[in-house]
Amino acid sequence: MISFSFCRSFQVALLTVGSALAFSSCSDKPDAAQTLPYYGERDVRPRADGGPADTIFAAIPTFTLTNQEGQTITNQTFAGKVYIADFFFASCPSICPKMQSEMLRVYEQYKDNPQVVFLSHTIDPAHDSIPVLRDYAERLGIKDASRWHFATAPHDTIFRLAPRYFAAAQKDSTVAGGYAHSGAFALVDSDRHIRGVYDGMVKEKVDQLIKDLPVLLREEAAKQKKAQ
Amino acid sequence: MKPRIQPILVLRALAVLAGGASVVGCFSNRQNEGAKLYASHCSNCHGAAGEGLQRLIPPLAGADYLVKNRSGLACLVRKGMQGPLIVNGVDYNQVMPAADTHLTDSQITNILNFVQTSWGNKGEIFTIREVSEQLRGCGASDGQ
Repeated sequence: MISFSFCRSFQVALLTVGSALAFSSCSDKPDAAQTLPYYGERDVRPRADGGPADTIFAAIPTFTLTNQEGQTITNQTFAGKVYIADFFFASCPSICPKMQSEMLRVYEQYKDNPQVVFLSHTIDPAHDSIPVLRDYAERLGIKDASRWHFATAPHDTIFRLAPRYFAAAQKDSTVAGGYAHSGAFALVDSDRHIRGVYDGMVKEKVDQLIKDLPVLLREEAAKQKKAQ
Repeated sequence: MKPRIQPILVLRALAVLAGGASVVGCFSNRQNEGAKLYASHCSNCHGAAGEGLQRLIPPLAGADYLVKNRSGLACLVRKGMQGPLIVNGVDYNQVMPAADTHLTDSQITNILNFVQTSWGNKGEIFTIREVSEQLRGCGASDGQ
């Protein structure tokens, strides 16, 4: 009985702490001016006219990939949109299923919003042919390739792109599947800047991504309004 | 400021620790080995709740495969598998790797029993003897 009552009081204590936490998070007012940071190196260029210097943020380089439908995709495919990128391979036995199930969770929340696009690069282009990628996408439940691209490109192209998205990827015969790679998800804005990097293996980090997306979308909406 | 620890609370906690071991779900003990091994070896693919992943990774929760292929489960955990298989009428075709570190016969028994009794599964429990026998059948028993 003692232990039973302890369990109960323990639960009560947990509940108390939990509600206190919930309360404090409720009292955090959403900050309208909140913006996401810029990732990567930046360059400050003085202006010729002596005005305030321009800050040049790191940007995703131009790329040409092919998706699961055999369509060519480039930076232009993502023009005016934000996208979330990761690196995986179809036969990956270790972290990919977890990563892609977390990515799927983000996708489910934003699948009706064409402003948000998903891009998974294979790091094993030799195995992951277009039919293999199509099969993978279909098995994951992704019917519309324009919403979530599963993309391939020559090996060197992919491995040059990966670090630009803060995703380490390399051949490693000592790990299961033959490739070592990080489970990073990168959030990219419509100007090709990385605005968030999240560990796709950790639910709480992916929750943060889900929370950050509206912040970026608000910024994008304001930018478009300004441009009009 | 020195942190003050109230002796009565310490005593109460000790009493509870002593009594708590008997309460399932309140404290961890070796009975949870199967759950821990599942979390470190299996859950990345099969999911924390045995739910699998769409049509890529088969579920373990409510999987008819566990009943239909009971005699092959120990070797499946030790050696992994490749090629198409059907679970609850859905076809899957991914590689399941062998365990990334060596698992003893008794650890495999604990994993299997965790799966057999979790997420609503009510499968028949494995004994270590049965698991060792299955593993001998695929030349993979370590007798431990």
